[in-house]
Amino acid sequence: MEFIKPDINLDFIGKRKIALIFSALLILVGLVSLVVKGGPSYGIDFAGGTLVQIKFVEATDPARIKEALAPLTLGGLTVQQFGDEANEFLVRAQETSGAMESLSRNIKTTLETRYGAGQVDVRRTEMVGPQVGKDLRQKGLFAIFYAMIGILVYVTWRFEFRFAVAAIIALLHDVIITLGVFSLFGKEIDLPIIAAFLAIIGYSLNDTIIVCDRIRENMGRHAKDGFAAIVNRSINETLSRTLLTSGTTLIVVLALFVFGGGVIHNFAFALLVGILIGTYSSIYVASALLIFWDDYRARKGALAGAKGGAA
Amino acid sequence: MSKSIKLRGGLILLVLLVSLASLAPTVIREGLPSWWTESFDPIHLGLDLQGGMHLVLGVEVDKAVESRLDSTIDQTETLLREKDIIFKRVSRRAGDGLAVTVYDQAAGSQVDAIMAESFPNLEALTVTDEGGYIQKNYRLSDREIDEIKDYAVRQALETLRNRVDQFGVSEPTLQRQSGNRILIQLPGVDDPQRAIDLLGKTARLEFKMVAEDVNPQDALQGNLPPGTELLYERRVDKSTGAVSEIPLVVQTKTVLTGDLLSDAQVRIDTRYNDPYVAMDFNAVGAKRFDQITAANVGKRMAIVLDDTVYSAPVIRERISGGSAQVSGSFSEQEATDLAIVLRAGSLPAPVTILEDRTVGPSLGLDSINKGIFSVLIGGALVVLLMLVYYNLSGLVANLALILNLVFIMALLSLFKATLTLPGIAGIVLTVGMAVDANVLIFERIREELRLGKTPRNAVDSGYAKAFVTIIDANVTTLIAALVLFQFGTGAVKGFAVTLSIGILASLFTAIFVTRVLFDFFLERRQVKRLSI
Repeated sequence: MEFIKPDINLDFIGKRKIALIFSALLILVGLVSLVVKGGPSYGIDFAGGTLVQIKFVEATDPARIKEALAPLTLGGLTVQQFGDEANEFLVRAQETSGAMESLSRNIKTTLETRYGAGQVDVRRTEMVGPQVGKDLRQKGLFAIFYAMIGILVYVTWRFEFRFAVAAIIALLHDVIITLGVFSLFGKEIDLPIIAAFLAIIGYSLNDTIIVCDRIRENMGRHAKDGFAAIVNRSINETLSRTLLTSGTTLIVVLALFVFGGGVIHNFAFALLVGILIGTYSSIYVASALLIFWDDYRARKGALAGAKGGAA
Repeated sequence: MSKSIKLRGGLILLVLLVSLASLAPTVIREGLPSWWTESFDPIHLGLDLQGGMHLVLGVEVDKAVESRLDSTIDQTETLLREKDIIFKRVSRRAGDGLAVTVYDQAAGSQVDAIMAESFPNLEALTVTDEGGYIQKNYRLSDREIDEIKDYAVRQALETLRNRVDQFGVSEPTLQRQSGNRILIQLPGVDDPQRAIDLLGKTARLEFKMVAEDVNPQDALQGNLPPGTELLYERRVDKSTGAVSEIPLVVQTKTVLTGDLLSDAQVRIDTRYNDPYVAMDFNAVGAKRFDQITAANVGKRMAIVLDDTVYSAPVIRERISGGSAQVSGSFSEQEATDLAIVLRAGSLPAPVTILEDRTVGPSLGLDSINKGIFSVLIGGALVVLLMLVYYNLSGLVANLALILNLVFIMALLSLFKATLTLPGIAGIVLTVGMAVDANVLIFERIREELRLGKTPRNAVDSGYAKAFVTIIDANVTTLIAALVLFQFGTGAVKGFAVTLSIGILASLFTAIFVTRVLFDFFLERRQVKRLSI
């Protein structure tokens, strides 16, 4: 079976300006959302705070829970339904209990006075102090930074510097757009999301490298066609693989998103968005950048040549 | 069949056998011979899957420096009195220093000599002259401060380890981290609050004489005579459970501390069925206790734990046996825990919780089930897609995929790595990406076939050409995974682990294993047309 005919020859490169506008638009929308909301919204891993996952025996609603917790006067209190049934909720507050009197116990006892003893089950507690949150945030940024440096070095070594630059810009493109989508959907960035970002980086690069590899191979074989044509041919030749692999990866991530449970929901969401964007960027962004670079050099070379002739 | 295929096939079988052997203890929990379960551990589940507690405690090392200063001040006062040097006062200076105030130069130089001799770790600072007095200033050297802090963290780790051991958790982890932090992981804790209470208590036990002549009501108004302090006694009403706090004024000076205890046990008072904690002093403690009780018959002595008075009994007679008891209004559980912390020793400085992640066992089980379910669903869909798209060759890839899953689990068990929920996500992701290598190879083979090559040649050059691409593509993902591993804490690290292992295992299965299968069929069956 074949989705993509072997002799397929779509003009990807001709659409590169449209792709550029599309990408710019995606990034812009994301950035606007980020600016409007005052930066990405951090989960408690990075912002510090307390998160308690509570399961009630009977269904209730966030408003009632909030009302029941009013006596505790918690700062930044949010109550969110967790999963599909209205009996499990995430309660988040900005407060942390550095002292040994734990906030989660307070929350539990306060809720029990309203709902009755034995009606409330605390299934998960996460408390991250502000200092730890700051450390983790810093570490997360460094991790992404170091991963990019490592990749830059490897790709420069295996290919050429311009491939590496194109690949890194494509990565940044993917991560920024995913970050923007997170902001648009009001989802929080926490530790697993950083892991997801790094996975996206790895995945998107995987895709980009396979296209670059083909470009390198074709540069030897079809040198006379011109760089743009070579790039376009390479994308077409690898298209079948790109779509199939993205397909299989999307299938499993979708399975994780749908069946993986609430704890991992946002993580799977990040992967889902990242893989879609990563596939798009390895077809349109990295290759387009290579051609822009080539055009620029050609023009500069021509200009220098013209100047040299005039002198 | 050629020798090379036999050899390679044999290698795969061997790897498979070792993998299955290492996975057996995970799958079959009981009934295996002991040498088997001893050589291969079952896969270790992270706290997010088996439930448990992940705590990061911060040791307040500055407090340790302060208390060192306080004891130095005490010692200085005693020394100066012993040497008959007249001094106005010895006081703490902001942060890390102390000052001795004397009346004249002669006393000043004597103080200098004594301090230099007794406390070589103190640095003399400039002398300030204030209204007829001479104030000699000293501070702890930076090296000394670093040592005190370092010792405090080491001591705290030791004490916490003792407490955890007595708490009875299987396979606890205690680790010192940078920045005066201590990481504690307690798998399967069913009462997290009790664990926190037990670990977080400083458990500084002090015996102080009650200042009988001071009226607590005056003290509440702020009239505290020098050398005394206001503490509260905690009383719980048996019938209502209401907690009341009664003010009590005690001498600041501690006559005896819990450091001199040799043992602490819970006993039950047979009269009222009340639990109490019986303490035994060591030789030095017993002697001190004997002296103190002898000198203070008829007076009240407060037993203070972490600045809360537990009881303040009247000393009826000299106690020379070296034992004492703390009674108070506690439950049996509280008494047990008090005995544990007294036995394990006090923390050299208070600790605060910087991070607390607790997952109940029910949620952990939920996560495992959902994780496994999504691996199965995702895997089944991918298998189906590969089969439809590549026919028999797809079957070969699927076989490799299943082997890949087996190898990943086996490597987790062999490396004694921890499987976490993000780790399961890593496996899911690997399933999607593992077929990539086969997709690359198969697409290449198709290309070669279209060029009119024979199946044999197409397979050969397909593998050869795809190989470099596959390596390049996977190394970059591996770089990202390794960085994540370096940076990662807890659950996230689990993702990096399974992703890295998954990449390595998939290279083996997707390139090596499938190649052997292809070679086998091409040679054995003399295949004329590839089903791809």
